[in-house]
This record gives sequence, structure tokens and C-alpha cells, in this order.
Amino acid sequence: MRKLLVALAMGTLLIGSAAFAVEPIKIGFPIPLTGEIPKVGEGTRFAAEILKDEINAAGGLEVGGVKYPLEFIYEDNESKPESAVNVTMKLIERDEVLALVGPQSSRQAVPAGEVADNSEVPMISPWATNPEVTFDRPWVFRAAFLDPFQAPVAANFAEKQFNAKTAAVLFEVSNDYSKGLADFFKETWEKKHGPGSVVAFESHGPKDQDFSAQITKIIAAKPDFIFLPENYSFVALIVPQARDLGYTGPFMGSDAWGSAELASLCGEPCNGQFFSTHYAAAGAQGATKEFIEKYKARYGYVPDDIAALTWDAVNLVLKAIQDVGEVKPNLEDERAAIRDAMANIKSFEGITGTMSFDEQGDPIKCAVVVRIEKGEFLFTESVCP
Amino acid sequence: METLFQNVVNALQWGSFYALIALGYTLVYGVLQLINFAHGDIFMVGAYIAFFVASFFLGDAVPFDLSRTAVLALTIPLTMILTSCVGVLLERIAYKPLRRKGAHRLYVVITALMCGLILENGNLALLGASRRSLPELIDKTVYTLGGIAVTNLKLWVIFTAVLVFVILQFVVMRTKIGMAMRAVSWDKFALPLMGIPLDTVILFTFILGSGIAGLGGMLFAMSYPVLDPYMGAMVGWKAFIAAVVGGIGDIRGAFIGGFLLAFIEIMVAAFLPSTFRDLFAFTILLAILWWRPTGLFGVPHTTKI
Repeated sequence: MRKLLVALAMGTLLIGSAAFAVEPIKIGFPIPLTGEIPKVGEGTRFAAEILKDEINAAGGLEVGGVKYPLEFIYEDNESKPESAVNVTMKLIERDEVLALVGPQSSRQAVPAGEVADNSEVPMISPWATNPEVTFDRPWVFRAAFLDPFQAPVAANFAEKQFNAKTAAVLFEVSNDYSKGLADFFKETWEKKHGPGSVVAFESHGPKDQDFSAQITKIIAAKPDFIFLPENYSFVALIVPQARDLGYTGPFMGSDAWGSAELASLCGEPCNGQFFSTHYAAAGAQGATKEFIEKYKARYGYVPDDIAALTWDAVNLVLKAIQDVGEVKPNLEDERAAIRDAMANIKSFEGITGTMSFDEQGDPIKCAVVVRIEKGEFLFTESVCP
Repeated sequence: METLFQNVVNALQWGSFYALIALGYTLVYGVLQLINFAHGDIFMVGAYIAFFVASFFLGDAVPFDLSRTAVLALTIPLTMILTSCVGVLLERIAYKPLRRKGAHRLYVVITALMCGLILENGNLALLGASRRSLPELIDKTVYTLGGIAVTNLKLWVIFTAVLVFVILQFVVMRTKIGMAMRAVSWDKFALPLMGIPLDTVILFTFILGSGIAGLGGMLFAMSYPVLDPYMGAMVGWKAFIAAVVGGIGDIRGAFIGGFLLAFIEIMVAAFLPSTFRDLFAFTILLAILWWRPTGLFGVPHTTKI
């Protein structure tokens, strides 16, 4: 009899607690924790963790008067397109996430976006800049500007800064981001300076470590500067190799340079070079400054653009979830409602600047050009569309 | 013309790394007829060991200040010794038990592949995915001679590769242990009957091969200072192909094959669209194998090494 009573009591307790606990809101992050750009995955996770801990410490995200705890699930896409597809599927089907934040690089975001769009799950890539990521995909959004905008920013700045008439480009042929940006740059530059003003247009593969042949070719063409739309790990190999081969001119980079790891990998040879990016940490004000200080206090280094964009992207998703006003019991309905709410966000105050969204789900926002100085990225110029 | 000579220098440097790795492949294959697919990853381990040894001597753990030349002088032998230990460990843990049980060579090759993956992923699990950069151990100077730029480091790399080749050729061809190595490849079963300790010879082969890989890894880390756990995989595969094209099992073959592959790669990238580099490079190598299936120096079914 006593046993039965205990069992009954336990049963009531269990049912009681189940009634009070609310299902957490699950968001999936298919991000590169290993592979070619591990620092990108780290920055994403760190920024998301700060935001999650802040909200959960306050009891959770308030949606329609109820506070829901947040659950972020990080999956490693190994910086590979095929793994990006796999982990995105896994997050959608096994973990049943409401929305996806990531992948970061266009190389993974283009195929993963296809999966998200087909499975009808809202996805926002914080960092991907290739137009293909969101093009004709109503379920896919982004927080970064696009390469057709970034290429002229880099071209105009280099023209003015280096007084350049001719340019050379070295890019990674298997990377959508690198290849796309290289093409946009070439188009922009040749429109301004006539055909043939891009004197060398060289590429390399994803696993290459030696670029001496390409650089020798570039040096022989005598460009006024070299445009490098490359991931930071390649930058750290290419720039010193070019110096060793006797190249003394300047380099112009793109936003993929902006990793916190670039300075320690590349060191002296990268000092004084410029690249276009999403935000400049040095001299930031307001909410941006607050974020940088929080991040620095917790992880010990200044957050890069990836961390800042992730912060904005996650906030965009959370805002959309709040705009829906309730968490629908049916997963598909909730996902659809979040998508509609995201598409309805007209303007958003982010820490990487104010953005408004066009019909493709792309933000219209400003870019900055920074200079590398002793491991810091110093603000040089801001360019708005 | 300048460009051509510059590319010759580029190819000599890049080929030195292929040659150093290919020598390790060929040594082990020559003695055991085993394709040690973990070799590229031993090369990676060598680069990491060099990183840790150099950082240790440059760091605060050492009570006295060492000049960078002294650090370099200490790092070279220590890296080679420690990398040899890794190679020997692999041999003892993975290959020897299988050999003892008389497993077919195919199984040992698969084991080697797995060991390579274990080294890569073990490194990833242990050290994380962050890239590392070897501290500069020599002051890089760029010499320009008639439009051709070369750094002192590149000259050292090329010199080291040639030196290693000469020493290895001497060890294998002129010393007693070298004779024993050649004897193992001739007949593994008759050898113990002659009173030659088979395991010692195999051990020595692994020490030699891994030591060279360690040296190569260190020089690689100095020339291309971005270390990641997968850095040895691709370059290892290509060096293996170089060894096959040169005629696997032959030391001259590995050496020449390494430089040949580098020359083809660099020249294709230099004079044709660089996008097609690997496509053209490997088509040319395929044609060579088609013409000589056993490689340039390989001889079918006779003594290897």
C-alpha cells in the first residue's frame, strides 16, 4: 500500500512538472568548427552562447507572454559543402529546429540554403556574401552585404588609395565566395579601366599550399596591386610567399580576411594591408562597443566580423519568433510563421549597422574598409550603397 | 626568360618537399612492400612536433635565453628523434602484430590508411582546429639575382633535400645495415636463417623514414607557416604518386619523381591556366606510367631499394 502511494505521488509530481516546463525554442547552427576556417565556427558559437546565456538568465525568450528557454544546437560542417548539406538535414529532421543560423561561408551556405529552402525551414546565413545563397529562395536570408556590392567597394578604394590602373587577382577556384567575388571584381575593374586592365587572373585549388607559380606569373604582369578574395588561412600563406618572391606592392583583401586569427598566422607581412569588411572593432560605439566588451571579457580577444554578424543574425531570428506572437504546436506552421515574420522585418538596428531588406531577403547596409596594424583592424573608410 | 628561371627555383623548392616525403614512402615499401599511407600524416606530426619544440625553447619554460640559431640547432635533431618515435610506435602497434600473424599485405595497407586518419583526427581532438604558425627561426633574407628572387630558407630546403638523398643513398648502398635492408626486400624468410635480426632492420627503416618525414615537416612548417591537422594528407598523396612515378622502392626514383611532379605542377600553373594545374599534372604522370608501368627507375620483380 505504501509503495502504491509513493508511486502515485511520484506520478502526480511528474505530470505536474511536465505541465510547467515549456518546450525550449531550438535553433540549429551548421557551422565550420573544424576544417579550413575553424576560427569562423568558434566566433559564431561564442557570440551565440553569450546571447543565449543572457536571455536564458532572464528566464528565456518572451513570446506572447510566455518565457521559453533557448536551446542552440551546434553542428560541425567541416568547412565542406557536402558536410554542410548533411548537418543541415540532421538539424532539420533529427533535432527539429525552428530555424537555422549559418552556414557562414558561401561555399557551404549555397548548398545548405538549397536544403533549407526545399525543406521549408527558415535559414539565415550571417556571413555569406555570394548572391546565389538567397537568390530565388524565399526561406533563406542573410545578415551580410553582397559581393556585387563588395567588389566595387574594394575596387574603388584600391583605385584611390594605391593610385592604381592595373590589378591582379588570385582566388580559390572551388570556393563560391572567392570565385564569385573575383569575377565581380574583374567585371568592375575592366568596366572602369578598359579590357585587359586586370593583368593577371590566377586561381588555385582548395588544398594548395604553394602558390609560387601563380605569384611568379602575377609579378611578371606588373600589377599596381593584388586583389585577394581569399579565406584568412590562404592569406597567411599567399602574402608572405609573394614577399619572398620579391613582390613589394600592396594587397587588397575582402571580408574573409577579417578573422581574429589572421594576425597571429600572417604576422608582419600582412601589416599595413587593407580589406573591406562588415564592421571595425576599433573605435566602435554604443551597442557594438557593449558587445565587443562582453565578448572580450568572456573569451579574451576582440570579436571578429563573424561574431558580430552572428549576433545580429540570431537577434533577427529571435525578433521574428517574437513577432509571431505565439509558439504554434505544429512544427511546420511555426516554421512558416517565422519565415513570414522574417520577411516582414523592414529595418533592423544591428551592431554591424542599420539594415533594411530587399525582396530577395538581402540586407542593404554599409561596408567598411580597414587597415591591419599590429594585429588590429583599424577603421579607414565607410562605404554605403 | 626570367619567369622561367624563377619557376625553376620555385619547382626546386616545392619538389624538395615531395622528394623528402617520397623517400620515406619508398624506403618502407622497398623493405616491406608496404605502402605506408600514414606517412603523409607522420610528416604532419613532424611539423607539429617542430612547432612545440621550437615554442618550448623560445618560451618562458626554459630558464635561459637561447638565440634563435641555437633553438634551430636544437629543434632539428629533437624533431627528427621524436617523429621517429611516432613512426616506430605506429610500426609496433599497428604493423608488427599484423605481420606476426601473417596477415596479407592488403590488410596492412588498410591499417596504414586508418593510422593516418587516427593521427589526423587525434590531432584535431587533442589540439583543436585552430591553425598554428611556427615561430620564425631564421631571419629570412630575399636575394635577387637578375630578376630571380630566392630566400635563404629556400636554398636551405633544396640543399637539405639533396643532402638527405646523398646520405640515404650512401646508407642503403654502402653500409652493413643498408645491405641488410636490401636483403629483407630480397627474401624476408631466408634472412633470419642467416642470423640477421629482421625486426631490427625493419625498426631501422621506420626510424630513417620517419626521421626524414620529421625533418621535411619542420622545413615545411618554416616555409608554409600555417599548420593544420590535414596539411599532410594532400601533399602526402602527391608525394606517394611521385614515388610511384619514380619507381617505388628505388631511392633515386623517389628523389627524381618528387622533383618531376613539382616541375610539372609549377610549369603547368605557370604557362597554362592555373585552374587546370592538377588535371594536366596528373595526366602527364599517367602518361608516364602508361609508358613505364613500374615507374622511371622501377624494375619489376627484382630487388627493390
